[in-house]
Amino acid sequence: MRIPLSWLREFAEVPSGATAEDVMAELVKVGFEEEAVHRPSDTIRGPIVVGQVLSIVKEPQSNGKTINWCQVRVVPEGQEQSLTGKGIDPSGVQGIVCGAHNFVEGDKVVVTLPGAVLPGDFHISARKTYGHMSAGMIASVRELGIGEDHDGILVLSRIGLDPQIGTDALELLGLKDEAAEINVTPDRGYAFSIRGVAREYAHATGTVFTDPASKVSAPAELSGGYGVRIADDAPIYGKPGADRFVARTVRGVDATRPTPTWMASRLRLAGIRSISLPVDISNYVMLELGQPTHCYDLDKLTGDIVVRRAAAGEKITTLDGKVRDLDAEDLLIADESGAIGIAGVMGGETTEVSDSTVNVLVEAAHFDEVSISRSRRRHKLPSEASKRFERGVDWHVAGVAAQRVVDLLVELAGGTADEAGTDVGTMPAQVTIPLPAGFATERIGIDFSEEQVVTSLEDLGAVLDKSDDGWTVTPPSWRNDLETKEDLSEEIARLVGYENIPSTLPVAPPGRGLTRRQQQRRRLIQALADAGLTEVLSYPFVSKAANDTFGVAKEGAPRQAVKLANPISEEHGFLRTSVLPGLIEVAHRNHSRGFRDLALFEAGSVFLPGDTMGTPSIPPLGVRPSDEVLDALYDGVPDQPLHVAAIMTGNDSPAAAAHAPRAWDWADALDVARFMGDVLGVDLVVSQGSHQAFHPGRAAQLALRSGEVVGYAGELHPKLLAAHDMPARSVAVELNADALFDAAADVIVARHISGFPVATQDVALVVPQDVPADAVLAALREGAGELLEDVALFDVYVGKGIEDGKKSLAFGLRFRAADRTLTADEASSARESAVAVAAERFGAVQR
Amino acid sequence: MTETLPGAAIPNPLDEAAISAAVEDAIAAIAAATTLDDLKAVRLAHTGEKSPLSLANRQIGSLSKDQKAAAGKLMGASRGRVNQALAARNAELEAENDARILIEETVDVTAAPRRRRAGARHPLSTLQDRVADIFVGMGWEIAEGPEVESEWFNFDALNFKPDHPAREMQDTFFVEPPESHLLMRTHTSPVQVRSMLEREVPIYVLCPGKVFRTDELDATHTPVFHQFEGLAIDKNLSMADLRGTLEHFARQMFGDDAQIRLRPNYFPFTEPSAELDIFHPGAKGGPRWIEWGGCGMVNPNVLRAAGIDPEVYSGFAFGMGIERTLMFRNEVSDMRDMIEGDVRFSEHFGMEI
Repeated sequence: MRIPLSWLREFAEVPSGATAEDVMAELVKVGFEEEAVHRPSDTIRGPIVVGQVLSIVKEPQSNGKTINWCQVRVVPEGQEQSLTGKGIDPSGVQGIVCGAHNFVEGDKVVVTLPGAVLPGDFHISARKTYGHMSAGMIASVRELGIGEDHDGILVLSRIGLDPQIGTDALELLGLKDEAAEINVTPDRGYAFSIRGVAREYAHATGTVFTDPASKVSAPAELSGGYGVRIADDAPIYGKPGADRFVARTVRGVDATRPTPTWMASRLRLAGIRSISLPVDISNYVMLELGQPTHCYDLDKLTGDIVVRRAAAGEKITTLDGKVRDLDAEDLLIADESGAIGIAGVMGGETTEVSDSTVNVLVEAAHFDEVSISRSRRRHKLPSEASKRFERGVDWHVAGVAAQRVVDLLVELAGGTADEAGTDVGTMPAQVTIPLPAGFATERIGIDFSEEQVVTSLEDLGAVLDKSDDGWTVTPPSWRNDLETKEDLSEEIARLVGYENIPSTLPVAPPGRGLTRRQQQRRRLIQALADAGLTEVLSYPFVSKAANDTFGVAKEGAPRQAVKLANPISEEHGFLRTSVLPGLIEVAHRNHSRGFRDLALFEAGSVFLPGDTMGTPSIPPLGVRPSDEVLDALYDGVPDQPLHVAAIMTGNDSPAAAAHAPRAWDWADALDVARFMGDVLGVDLVVSQGSHQAFHPGRAAQLALRSGEVVGYAGELHPKLLAAHDMPARSVAVELNADALFDAAADVIVARHISGFPVATQDVALVVPQDVPADAVLAALREGAGELLEDVALFDVYVGKGIEDGKKSLAFGLRFRAADRTLTADEASSARESAVAVAAERFGAVQR
Repeated sequence: MTETLPGAAIPNPLDEAAISAAVEDAIAAIAAATTLDDLKAVRLAHTGEKSPLSLANRQIGSLSKDQKAAAGKLMGASRGRVNQALAARNAELEAENDARILIEETVDVTAAPRRRRAGARHPLSTLQDRVADIFVGMGWEIAEGPEVESEWFNFDALNFKPDHPAREMQDTFFVEPPESHLLMRTHTSPVQVRSMLEREVPIYVLCPGKVFRTDELDATHTPVFHQFEGLAIDKNLSMADLRGTLEHFARQMFGDDAQIRLRPNYFPFTEPSAELDIFHPGAKGGPRWIEWGGCGMVNPNVLRAAGIDPEVYSGFAFGMGIERTLMFRNEVSDMRDMIEGDVRFSEHFGMEI
């Protein structure tokens, strides 16, 4: 909402030197955020004065144009030019070249003298052009920044002005006024008006407020006016779409009269374009009182007006020229010809006022917030009117606003008001709120005096009746947002001032600290960072193709994914089922910025829709749903496990003196996976993996001991890397961290630490190529029995001395007993048992 | 150096002067040795089998019994002196040699390669942990919830009326199909509702997490960002308790000079509601007030939605953006730096914030 200061001053005492910034600083105290300052004088500066064209000499030019060589008087005859400076003629008459032809000798115009600056940082100076020294410019509306018209210069008589020569044109055109723009929160419809803001300004400053509504004398009752019926047969939530409709008639108006400058400049500062006098008046009254009104061309109406819901298939052409299909829920203003307006949103074309309009019917109605809001959304038609109706308009102000429009049409458009008028509808039941005496103090923490409570609420316009334990408060008709004692406590605190709220620190009951899962997540993320990887974040929005590739191991099996109804880009219209696509994008961005050696990781949710997606309906607000309904809400939310993924490209370290970097390879990715397992105390089972995003021969599948697959690690598929413009041999890992957290042991039981000597034995086993080393190791472990403390693979050999299709695996076995020193025989026999199992299972032969 | 060449005169083991001369010769040679190799040669020449002292010693056997004792005593003492000198010199030279080797092994420590590097946390993630730690220190607990959420938890339970403009101001991402009533949470407030439904009062929880709005990415907007929201439900909580909690938190985050300011505002889920400004003494461009977040007393309708009686309990809630906090606390001027994943951004922060 933009507040022209001159307008605010009409209804509240604003100090004479106050700027828009000063006004905003006051309003912020009562809850209106500062948005912007609109000050024409920031971009336009004098000397800009009223001049009279004394003579025009038409001079045709070689380029086919004709220019006017004008003598323009800028100082009243007989007076001296008080301005001095380059290009200012002491005679008071300026010679100016002008290309426009819409004026004649004797016209009063706006002259921008040398030294003036116009919007766009356009500096005016005397300059030689078309063979003359042109000392200034005769300005158009657009050049002055007060309109779009650039067809000719501004002739002041045409906007109803006949000022004295030499008058300061900036003052004349309202360009010295300024506006404060504030943000109005959606609960405060009343503040979309000068009336509401002036009242708030008075609250903030403690100065006197004059209600603009009180300056209008509207008749207490109206009758005999234009026929209007409210006939809503489908109210929303049981509330009729309209509960008041005031109609007034003004005859014999001249719709072509110019809008007076004061009105046009206020509208302009308020951000509303001047259209025609009747429309401008309607808008002006809306800004002043907060009540949207509409002017119909009375002679285009046929029969009584009916406020009703739309019929199936009904259409309307709105003022913006668009044909709109109406919905049965749309509330309409209709006459015998059909729809003539979408109530509270936009009028129709057929009954629009035009230059030829002579008789006007003025509408000021009160509509239901929800009904207007739905029509506005349905037709995507945000208008100044709908903005106000959706947030709530004072039911009582409709008659006043209609009267104000009538008065202005009479005063400015030369019309005559009919005495008869229409006012139909039913006043809604008045809300009363019980306010216990100590409630505001208890809720706010300020020890309010009784006087503070009473004064604050009365200042708002509320009526207080003393009750047994406090007051019964009737809020003012323009405050539809005040419904509960909590609302009232905010108003009292707001007017007394939030800065008076004291500070106390409540003590929470003993807490349990971070949950185990929160600790696990932190430990995992911190450990990866400590291990040299860099944490990054990426968006969860991905393409369908990305989910189909990364989110599912088997090629061609489409991935069930959550689809967004309104994504930012259609291409990234799904939620990720894998963290890798985003991570690859981040890696690519870094790579293209010159960072070749990367080790990145991200921990983030993935979204895995199940069989049920959401709930077909949701429970109402303000009531705890039943357990069944709550369970359905919980169950309808898709699974969103935490995944941790890492990607590595290039080398493990930068090249350095006496240091040879090593290229990351598949084993590094697997190592990161196992490292994550180590950090959480989870044993991961590695097996040869098959996942379409990975190299078919260089991927590991990672599973829990239970068999649950929790992720993959290895080299990314070369074709996929090429498609993503990523370096070859980039490696990656992704694990379901939530599954790891669940698998971590709750309590770790200590093991006996034996102090007896160790006995080590090595064994080399020849097995077929396709036997996984890990499986042989497991067999050895199993066969060796309880004396085995540890076993590790320390060499893999293929080549001379080994049969084709076979490989030699060398393991180191470490034996130790808990209670004695092992003999060499005991160790050897344990080794033989180990080998025996490997031999039985894989045909392993000792070398 | 005195060389005792083969065939040189063998001193008489009874000739004290001759033996003494041989000893002096040896000691002089030992002292003159400057390397361990030199010393080895000296040892050979003066104590080896063919050395004058060894040869003289060997002569003792051919002496008469009474001469043997005197000669033995003389030779023993003499050879002892020489061996002692040898040992001392050897220790000296070995020490010198060891020292020299260490000097020779000098490296340029400034040219050392980095072999074990720490990576980096994303500062949003570090900051989130830090905020959580402050509240955990106050006895609060950390609560979390899903990012794709039921519309009821995100709006209705929080007293957003179905047709109220406030609902649209949230620029919500909706999930297909629309009949599912699922959306991407627009704030972490649904976690407050879940907490109230799942926990026993009194409740003191902090809910950090990712939230989503349909804003295009630019220097100050991103469709995905992070918030933390606090919720306290207890008997007799007032706005003074809210202010006290926020003040304490602000001082933990920004130092003892930090101040906060509350301004009236509107949120459907709180009544009264306030905008929270922080006075940041260390702000870039000088100390000033900065908009930090929103807060207020929990609206009774929100308590009712969670089955808590608003006539018995009251509560306060507050919420701030982590990106915004990072922007003014750590002088990040462009939102895009936080979300593009450029390694320079995370690495600059390392593990700290």
